[in-house]
Amino acid sequence: MIARARKHRGSALWIAALVHRISGLALVIFLPLHFFVLGLAFHAGARLDSFLRWSDQPLVKFAEGGLVFLLTVHLLGGLRVLLIENFDWRDGQKQIATVAAALSVIIAFIFLARVF
Amino acid sequence: MNVRLYLWQRITAAIMAPLVFVHIAVIFYVTRQGMTAADILSRTHGSVAWASFYGIFVAAAAIHASIGVRNVLSEWSPLSERHAGQLAIAFGLLLAALGFHAIVALVLT
Amino acid sequence: MTGTQAELSVSLWRGAQDGRYETYVVPQRQSQTVLDVVTFVQRHIDPTLSYRFACRVGVCGSCAMTVNGRPRWTCRTHVAKVAAGGRIEIGPLQNLPVIKDLATDMQAFFAKWQEAKGVFAPSQTRQDPIAQIRPDTRARAAADAAIECINCGVCYAACDTVRWNPNYLGPAALTRAWTLVNDERDAGNAARLQAVAANGGCHACHSHQSCQELCPQTLNPTASIASLKRRTAAAYLKGEITP
Repeated sequence: MIARARKHRGSALWIAALVHRISGLALVIFLPLHFFVLGLAFHAGARLDSFLRWSDQPLVKFAEGGLVFLLTVHLLGGLRVLLIENFDWRDGQKQIATVAAALSVIIAFIFLARVF
Repeated sequence: MNVRLYLWQRITAAIMAPLVFVHIAVIFYVTRQGMTAADILSRTHGSVAWASFYGIFVAAAAIHASIGVRNVLSEWSPLSERHAGQLAIAFGLLLAALGFHAIVALVLT
Repeated sequence: MTGTQAELSVSLWRGAQDGRYETYVVPQRQSQTVLDVVTFVQRHIDPTLSYRFACRVGVCGSCAMTVNGRPRWTCRTHVAKVAAGGRIEIGPLQNLPVIKDLATDMQAFFAKWQEAKGVFAPSQTRQDPIAQIRPDTRARAAADAAIECINCGVCYAACDTVRWNPNYLGPAALTRAWTLVNDERDAGNAARLQAVAANGGCHACHSHQSCQELCPQTLNPTASIASLKRRTAAAYLKGEITP
């Protein structure tokens, strides 16, 4: 790259857009696996049950907490876009974006607390 | 990205927003209750309501995700728009197939 | 003044697309702008340095360059504000081919302006009475809020979607299209909405808002583009355009 363009990429809204995209990609990887596992329930609950016991493992619980975070943050990032595109312009978006990120972390932590 | 794809993506997003909240609430409930597979299956089996709810969810997710994948591929990979679109459609079909298979498993078994 | 003079270490891009940064030492002066610094190098150190400027007072937009990673007007950027530790790095605008050193080829930028139909299409002739445009109508207010673009290219250089998507028309072209969509004298909206609803049009925008953050005229291309998204979506649903 010729001139290293960095500064404006540190802005909260640019980061919000990037997180939105990365969380989307992560979900795109997770969802097929998620659907596949649920499809295992075909065999009268036996194979799904072994999965549900597998999900008792702490690592799996952390991963699921991470996924709840991804889903929440992607949803909130998407709401950001829908608001900009369909309602009148409002200032203070950086603060809202920061709050949304914090909310996602909180929800993910609540999920983790419940599964542990 | 053009107006047609844009509308499909934004509308499926709007459809999914409330569905996601319900889904997260359901997951919280299931984990809180410590339900086993048998418990879950006893509630989903034969349920037109659950089949409809997740049927709409899967269809919307497949459309939404495939358009998103198309965007990311055309912007971040060296693929042409055409190839990015083809790969995205293939992914969308895969997701829909797996999703509907899962719904069938949970509702018809 | 006696005593040691403060000095700046200035890295300037030399070459074309391939090139390197070269460092020059420039005396620091009060109220110095980045354009002053570039001018000093060209006049007193290396006359082969190529760069653009015209008005020097922040009304023409010709002197836009990348300063410490951000595209800005160099004549309106005070050295004191950007020279952390006495160093500045200055390069040509991004997302445009480099002709030489700090001057870029803006042809693509203007070509996209045309592609977005950012050109007024008259609906009347000189024989007709002058159109009476009220400045307080919603449409005119929307156009006026976005009209002061002087094609400096800062938004285009800042935009990551421009960088990732060669078809993307860019914030400036789309903003101009939006002002014309709101111009009641204009007769070219059918073609214009079609153009900005096509591949690479307004829907490619991800609302990163770098354009809005950096526009030296304090315009808001993100908002203009969001409005275009709504307008084209409505037109598409009504069957007025077919992308």
